[in-house]
Amino acid sequence: MIFLNGAESELHAGDTVADVLARMGLAPDAKGIAVAVDDGVVPRGEWRDFALPEDARVEVLTAMQGG
Amino acid sequence: MSDELVIAGRTLRSRLLLGTGGFPSLELLEEAIRASGSELVTVALRRVDPSARGSLVDVLAATGVQLLPNTAGCHTARDAVLTAELAREAFQTDWVKLEVIGDEDTLLPDAPELLLAAEQLIDAGFVVLPYTTDDPVLARRLQDLGCAAVMPLGAPIGSGMGIRNPYNLALLREAVSVPVVLDAGIGTASDAALAMELGCDAVMAASAVARAQDPVRMAHAMRLAVAAGRLAAGAGRIPRRTYATASTPDEGRPQFAS
Repeated sequence: MIFLNGAESELHAGDTVADVLARMGLAPDAKGIAVAVDDGVVPRGEWRDFALPEDARVEVLTAMQGG
Repeated sequence: MSDELVIAGRTLRSRLLLGTGGFPSLELLEEAIRASGSELVTVALRRVDPSARGSLVDVLAATGVQLLPNTAGCHTARDAVLTAELAREAFQTDWVKLEVIGDEDTLLPDAPELLLAAEQLIDAGFVVLPYTTDDPVLARRLQDLGCAAVMPLGAPIGSGMGIRNPYNLALLREAVSVPVVLDAGIGTASDAALAMELGCDAVMAASAVARAQDPVRMAHAMRLAVAAGRLAAGAGRIPRRTYATASTPDEGRPQFAS
């Protein structure tokens, strides 16, 4: 089971970060986005090839209003 | 007259930093940014919300401001460092407003975790602007670690209580040579002016603007207050006296028959 932003998802181990973004309706080069997998940053340049491990916890983050 | 603020080699013409949290709409946020004249605004990093309406990133890009990502909500150095690294990836900036919170009710900083996070982020090449207490010793420790500025509170975040300890703030100002940005506690324009009069280099306003009844008008007021306080600080105020000192000379005063 892959967790996406804290919720169970239909993603599978082996899917790439680019697959995650596509599933969320985000462009593969979306601005203002950062991705963490299991508490590690996945740099933008690795999104296309980075494959999710089993039971990965994926966080897809962006700018929100804040002080 | 040129009176620019320089932080980590970057020149800012405005001495007002603006928080983006709490605005009723992105349209009001954009208007308030323009009215404030601010060139540096904070943003938070949160999970993508597929139902979100409008793009904060696009709105901010349209105003031309520099983004200052924060680590709001982090309670440990570890979380703050990871959040800063993700923000660097998302926004392509090394700058971070470092917040490490130690208490849920007051949102006061956790000093040991703050120092630890600051050290790690500076080692990783970040430009660190830490949200700190008004403790001059802690501010100096943060400066000595290599922080680009310090951001002491006037009062707890969102409290609107103003500057509760002007003496500490003045001592803190003397204790460090990096820019001092008064953060948190500002309630209205006079608080911002006082911060500048006490020698702060800049003021950060968030809730005071965003949650005002008319955020755009308050943004304008803050801009003027920061400028006025800065001018007054440079002008040098008169000393306080217990008794009156006549401002009109007695010499030449006519004598009237009694």
